[in-house]
Amino acid sequence: MNKNELRQHITETLLEIAPDVEIAKLDPAVSFRDQFEIDSVDFLNFVLALEKRLGIKISEIDYPKLSSVRGCLSYLAMESGEDPKVS
Amino acid sequence: MISKKACAGWAAAILSKGVNLVDYNATRISFSWDAARRELDGLPGGGLNIAHEAIDRHANGSRRNQVALRWLDKAGQAHDFTYLGLQELTNRFANVLQGLGVGKGDRVFVLASRIPELYITALGTLKNGSVFCPLFSAFGPEPIRARMAIGEAKVLVTTDTLYYRKIEQQRDRLPQLEHILLVNEEGETTIVANTHDFKSLLDAADDHFTISPTDPEDIALLHFTSGTTGKPKGAVHVHAAVIAHQSTAKFALDLQPDDIFWCTADPGWVTGTSYGIIAPLTIGATLIVDREEFEVERWYRILQDHKVNVWYTAPTAIRMMMKFGIELPRKYDVSQLRFMASVGEPLNPEAVLWGVKAFDQPFHDNWWQTETGGIMIANYAAMDIKPGSMGKPLPGIEATIVRHTEAGQVVILDEPGQEGELALRVGWPSMFRAYLGEDERYQKCFVDDWYLSGDLARRDEDGYFWFIGRADDVIKSAGHLIGPFEVESVLMEHPAVVEAGVIGKPDPVFMEVVKAFVVLKPTHVANEALRRELLAHARKRLGATVAPKEIEFRNDLPKTRSGKIMRRLLKAQELGLPEGDTSMLEDRRMPHE
Repeated sequence: MNKNELRQHITETLLEIAPDVEIAKLDPAVSFRDQFEIDSVDFLNFVLALEKRLGIKISEIDYPKLSSVRGCLSYLAMESGEDPKVS
Repeated sequence: MISKKACAGWAAAILSKGVNLVDYNATRISFSWDAARRELDGLPGGGLNIAHEAIDRHANGSRRNQVALRWLDKAGQAHDFTYLGLQELTNRFANVLQGLGVGKGDRVFVLASRIPELYITALGTLKNGSVFCPLFSAFGPEPIRARMAIGEAKVLVTTDTLYYRKIEQQRDRLPQLEHILLVNEEGETTIVANTHDFKSLLDAADDHFTISPTDPEDIALLHFTSGTTGKPKGAVHVHAAVIAHQSTAKFALDLQPDDIFWCTADPGWVTGTSYGIIAPLTIGATLIVDREEFEVERWYRILQDHKVNVWYTAPTAIRMMMKFGIELPRKYDVSQLRFMASVGEPLNPEAVLWGVKAFDQPFHDNWWQTETGGIMIANYAAMDIKPGSMGKPLPGIEATIVRHTEAGQVVILDEPGQEGELALRVGWPSMFRAYLGEDERYQKCFVDDWYLSGDLARRDEDGYFWFIGRADDVIKSAGHLIGPFEVESVLMEHPAVVEAGVIGKPDPVFMEVVKAFVVLKPTHVANEALRRELLAHARKRLGATVAPKEIEFRNDLPKTRSGKIMRRLLKAQELGLPEGDTSMLEDRRMPHE
């Protein structure tokens, strides 16, 4: 899966949980929490939905790594053995 | 396998360390609220003011250079405020209010994350004799507007970011709001039309202030809570509440002067004010305040690096920590930690005992409400915990289980094990004095000398109380109390919706999550796009915390003959329970409506 596909999955999952998010305005480097309203229930649902969509298992200890678009991209690229230096 | 015995052993061990409440029965007999009042100073000219007890009496005495508040910024960097420093800042804020013409009884609202300005505003407001009204910063525009309208907000302190997101577009709907003070979290000066810059006003104000004469029965705090129906309720608390804040923190949290105390609750909820601001300062402890939300390793690091002695947190956070496993907390040195407590919703026995595995001590659950203003029933340090129980009533508190009669009276259920409504005998100082502007709703909470909590419980043969559920339809999610009516109203504002019924769906981590059942107008088709549209609408209006997490389309909703939506039936259907089981509940009187 290339970077763009991965990014598509991340934003689609985000919209499933929080359809009020304006994806175009999202800064990939800034945490979700600092850009829009997301509570702990949403975040957990986001991670679980990501697992389901991508058919992977994300360890709880890695959850904090998924708190921004860039964080998600890096983590998921690493997990799939691809180049983690994504932007 | 860790048994109940482990908790009993812990109680014996803690006794040897010296605790505030040792002999429960003797203390209950000897305790009086008058004596508790005498542990406080009172104002020099008579009267009682929370801010004097929390700040000035320490700042004028030997604790002046002790850290009162240690604030951790986003990066985790500590910023210390001594009692003396906090005295000067809160004096300045009281002078700012004077300068703006804000006086006794006027309502000062705060909408902000846990930033120092929130704490300065809270205590400065109390010094000025004005009323502090905290709002949860994750609320959306609608819950904010509703609460500020009911509370007749005269002043709002918020950040520039939150102002643009949630206030600016509805400012003309808040005619009584005279002043908005903005904080920029990066420390810059704000320049926004029709607002003041908080920092500039504070810097220009005098740091000397004499607290206004305050009667113990003067209004101090306004905390909003949710009912099953109708508008949010503004629970009014008075300055005398500080007597209970101090006393209950001593007994239920074993809080002692010089303790380093971390209450993880947000001041937007009553716990974050009673125990996240007032009680620890009144006792003379050092209060830890973290700007950020839950993050497991950050939390363990805070416990370790700041040598927290007493920790007051919530079941959702504990259950989240449990998900991360037992190895993680074991990597941190938390040997300073003396006492751990939990509140917000009942703490399940597994979570109580997980504390022993992770931190060598159990979590101590306790029970109280916005209306009670302080902890009423608790597993105190020296008692043998029964995991899953809320504990026993604190000294000064009489609790019982009652059943309603058809004549509108209550009967006390003396026999152990009987289920009924948890009731408290009136007379403790932090009891709410009103629901602002709604006397009828307030009076409905009382029968004879008893305050009826709306919680169903039972008392066992040893005098321990056990939570069973709510007597009404209020939803408890991640420690927040959410009124279904508020959510339904916003959903029904959407042009596609004809009816909505909202329930709390049981959840292993968050206790309940908000689920909405929606009936569409015949002109609209149920599909994923519309589900997302409704979800987005609700989230924008209500904020993420109050908005539903799940929306299900239905052709119709179950209703009573009078047309009221039967949420309990919806819940029973959701849980796959036989619907007949709910008929009895449906007839139960709901004191909080």
